[in-house]
Amino acid sequence: MNLLPDLRIVLDELTERFGARIEHAHAPQPNELYLHTKLELVGALCSAFYKKYQGRLAGVFAEDARAERDVFFVYYLYALDAAHGFVFVRVPVSSDNPELPSLTNAIHAVNWQEREIQDLFGIKLLGHPNPRRCVLHDDWPEVCPLRKDFDLHTKLPPFTGARHRFREVEGEGVFQVPVGPVHAGTIEPGHFLFSVAGEPVLYLQLRMFYVHKGIEKLFESLPIPHCVRLAESISGDSSFAHATAFCHAIERAAEVEAPPRARALRTLCLELERLYNHAADIGAICTDVAFVTAHMHAMRLKEAVLRVNELLTGNRLLRGMPCLGGVRFDFEDDQMRAVAKFVDDFEKEFKDLVELIRSHSGTRDRLETTGVLKPEVTRDLGIVGIAGRASGFDHDLRRDFPHAFYDQVRFSVPIFTEGDVQRRMVVRREELFQSLGIIRQVLEKLPAGPIQIKIEEVPSDRVALGYVEGWRGEIFHWIHTAPGNRLARCKVKDPSLQNWPALSEAILGNIIPDFPVVNKSFNLSYSGTDR
Amino acid sequence: MFEVIGKSLKTGVGTTSYSLTPAEVGSHTRGKPEIDWANWKDARPAARVCPTGAIEFTDEERKRIATLDLGKCIFCGLCADADPAIHMSNQCELATRERAGLKLSAKYQLNSDGMHERLLENPAAGSAGGQSLEAVGQQLQARIRSMLGRSLHIRQVDAGSCNGCEVEIVALNSPIYDIERFGIHFVASPRHADMLLVTGPVTRNMELALRKTYEAMPAPRLVVAVGACGCSGGIFGLNYATVGGVDSVLPVDVYIPGCPPNPHALLHGILLAVNRWRGT
Repeated sequence: MNLLPDLRIVLDELTERFGARIEHAHAPQPNELYLHTKLELVGALCSAFYKKYQGRLAGVFAEDARAERDVFFVYYLYALDAAHGFVFVRVPVSSDNPELPSLTNAIHAVNWQEREIQDLFGIKLLGHPNPRRCVLHDDWPEVCPLRKDFDLHTKLPPFTGARHRFREVEGEGVFQVPVGPVHAGTIEPGHFLFSVAGEPVLYLQLRMFYVHKGIEKLFESLPIPHCVRLAESISGDSSFAHATAFCHAIERAAEVEAPPRARALRTLCLELERLYNHAADIGAICTDVAFVTAHMHAMRLKEAVLRVNELLTGNRLLRGMPCLGGVRFDFEDDQMRAVAKFVDDFEKEFKDLVELIRSHSGTRDRLETTGVLKPEVTRDLGIVGIAGRASGFDHDLRRDFPHAFYDQVRFSVPIFTEGDVQRRMVVRREELFQSLGIIRQVLEKLPAGPIQIKIEEVPSDRVALGYVEGWRGEIFHWIHTAPGNRLARCKVKDPSLQNWPALSEAILGNIIPDFPVVNKSFNLSYSGTDR
Repeated sequence: MFEVIGKSLKTGVGTTSYSLTPAEVGSHTRGKPEIDWANWKDARPAARVCPTGAIEFTDEERKRIATLDLGKCIFCGLCADADPAIHMSNQCELATRERAGLKLSAKYQLNSDGMHERLLENPAAGSAGGQSLEAVGQQLQARIRSMLGRSLHIRQVDAGSCNGCEVEIVALNSPIYDIERFGIHFVASPRHADMLLVTGPVTRNMELALRKTYEAMPAPRLVVAVGACGCSGGIFGLNYATVGGVDSVLPVDVYIPGCPPNPHALLHGILLAVNRWRGT
């Protein structure tokens, strides 16, 4: 078993401690270790990963293996940032009376993910503090969409609009403000229920999954090459990152690596995606505190990036560019020169914008100490990405788990501990400057050679994790291949799923008029969450 | 304050003159797939690689009806890679008033090996992209002025989109596309809106909210379906969690294909819808 030295130590220590109770260990990749065990060891292993190996539970998901093994499998994905490795703990859950002891009381970060398993697989959660439905809304019949005996095209009775019972918040002067799912702006749907006393928010309840589209089930119905296009449509503003994470997973399953030039072009595109989103977010944060001029300038910058995207890949959101084994389009010299010029122009314009915002003291007044997410809450909820870095969680897959071309470029990861809206904006600002640096380095070091390796058919019964640090944060695609170039399971984890609960914490004690800017400072994907 | 004004003066005007000038898209941009119908030898390779079923065919007694449905197309260009008779043009103004106008079908006589022997019927001159924008522009002012007092108010609803269409819809409010120069505004409430701009696919969880939003609008009202998913359900199609395109829930006045449609394509479709205004 070819394993990273640090993971080898972890494996040896765990084997020594738990002996034969860890029934099987295998590592399809040096940084991806699987431990097969039983349900009763889940708690002890979780505690070991958190306390001893600075691990964090980055994902929990299930798989229907009843046809082959007569059980459901539940996977716990631990990211060991310091050891640069991922460890999966796989446990069987009986198919007769499927029950799963919940970890949510200890690890709040998996609250929604566990409930998702309950909704989609019909595996009952034991001891979950809030085991209500999440993905499937209240009026859904008793169905388990991700079970293999559930047909993708099942026609369910029409929506009846059963009311969701929110938790009641009572007291003198307390009232409720419901918002959504259709919002005032051009954004995605979700429902927010504020409980307020006077102006400050006492409690915020989120109800998501309005745009649940059955994507994980769809992955199981498509031939693998078509899945790349589906991955592009998981979260529109992260099209390239999601599709690249998916391709990465397939490549690892097929045991091939994208050629160096393809990896460099992937990095270039990932950074372009980061640029346009960060620029747009900085502008949108300004507009939410009534500094609309800055927003307009930011929109110009975003448009400039989208036009470069179009010039390079034929699509403004970089769609059509990702493909299995590399990328689809190579860039000619004139396109490269256009990118180099764009980077210079963009940097100059962006510096102007930064100055403009800095000179506007009213903006800073509104942003500082607003929507504070404390580092300890960040740890508890497992908050990742921009919000994590603005609240003291020093991580970045590009640095800790270098993928694409990130091991060939130098960049720094901005970390703050204040955790307010201002810092989430500053993280974006600093990352944006780093992105420009990365793009310049890629242009300088761009290797020659092919841009893709053909992957004809992926061997069946392989498991693999694909990962990409998207602009929001870490994106995981875990796949299990099936015969005939298809997938038995594709688990998609967008950072938004992890980060939504942070909003409920960050808004506490703030006033409702500040909610838009606090929400925008997280700018989470609804579609990526709901899938 | 002076910095803010100074910066604006220094920046100048960045707004496009579209629709008076052509769409500013490069030659690399993937728009409508153009099929050389007369010389198309085989529909099967393109249909095989098409991820959304936008290129489909049905065979019957040595005859084949091959269809290109722009309402399903995500403009990935994989068909053009697989088939020399197809190339991707940069034509992005594809909105139509009829769903059928997005479907182009041709009939072929088949060889024994399933190749096309000859073209029997040319694609029904589908009106895809057929509406001249200048004509739209000329009628627009008069129409809006008389019907809506020069101000069209749009309420946007995401009924299940991946957020890609929203990225482009937001760009309509940027200084580059500046939709307000047409007297068109995005509004916060359906009660203020004349037009519902809907992205899809409509999910089961959003169907009721979409209906309620529509019902909250005063008549007369228009509905515009945006993107491959809004037009047809797109890559998601119809499944346990989706109910399909926008027209499976609401009457649609204009369909704007694209994945996502770029801001030019969105403007074209919105203007087309206004031109059609006849009340409900």
